[in-house]
Amino acid sequence: MIGPGFADPVLGAQAAFRALLEATAYPGRVRRIAPQPGWPAALPPAMAALALTLCDQDTPLWQDAGPEVARWLAFHTGAPPARAEEAAFLLCIGAPPPLAALRLGSDEAPQDGATLLLAVASLQEGQGRLTLEGPGIAGAARLEVGGLPPRLLAERAALAPLFPRGLDLVLCAGESIVALPRSIRITEAP
Amino acid sequence: MTAAPTAAPTIADPAATPAPLAERRRWMAVLARAGAAELRAALAELDPTPGWLRLKGPEVGLIMLRGRMGGDGAPFNLMEATATRCTLRLDSGAMGHATILGRDPEKAELAALFDALLQDPARRPRLLESLIEPLARAQAAARQARARKAASTRVQFFTLAAMR
Repeated sequence: MIGPGFADPVLGAQAAFRALLEATAYPGRVRRIAPQPGWPAALPPAMAALALTLCDQDTPLWQDAGPEVARWLAFHTGAPPARAEEAAFLLCIGAPPPLAALRLGSDEAPQDGATLLLAVASLQEGQGRLTLEGPGIAGAARLEVGGLPPRLLAERAALAPLFPRGLDLVLCAGESIVALPRSIRITEAP
Repeated sequence: MTAAPTAAPTIADPAATPAPLAERRRWMAVLARAGAAELRAALAELDPTPGWLRLKGPEVGLIMLRGRMGGDGAPFNLMEATATRCTLRLDSGAMGHATILGRDPEKAELAALFDALLQDPARRPRLLESLIEPLARAQAAARQARARKAASTRVQFFTLAAMR
């Protein structure tokens, strides 16, 4: 059975977009998006909110959360399901597909690169093993991510020489999000 | 010139469509043309009042109406019309949809509610008899009355060849 989307589509989407905007402007900072009842339990609430906010009939969408979620997304966003290589947005709750195979945009249109929304176990800002540097961060920021797929950081770092082409990453843990745009360098303490 | 909303399905050959779908199209069309007061009265008669959950809307938007010159010319965009749509789910799981002309969120929600109720085979015969058929008859009568009124003002143009 298909559940509801945002109780108020305009205000709900604006609040989620604001959270994503701030998260992208200040990579490494944790932003929260309030959950709403009736959303698919398979998705972290923050990921569900971002999917409702960002996707429409012009954004091919890939997700690995099952047919129930696919029906919910199709009904509320109208986004056409796509293979991972063609998707503009990817909702990933399991192991992510190889990053190098995803849409990375072109030098003329780097904005065509995909955005990967990835479910992780926990997010903690201001401390942890990851050190972030780049635009939006004064000096360096620390971040702790629980349940990060093992190959992800290496695969992401391998895409860095392609800049401005690349892939933007949004980590979702429950109601919390952290954005890691392609311009951010991540070093991992052993 | 005729104009039809692109949202409304045209039934070219009723025999080619499975019966439940054609039937559902018919009651959805009747509900969309019904008045809000009629639907409100019908809801008050329901016992017990069903529970439902809004899935989308009711929300007001625009739909593009397309026309064809003479009914068979090339299609063109005639104008935009305000429309209100609503999708809801009954507690039993049935989903109802409605798209109505104009901006009346309450009517759209009621039309969607009755669309969902009519999908329940146990309720359908009584609802068809008590709600849809009287509405359909009244709507057909109103259409005929208006057509008669318009026909009485019709002007016959005779060409020279015809007068000779």
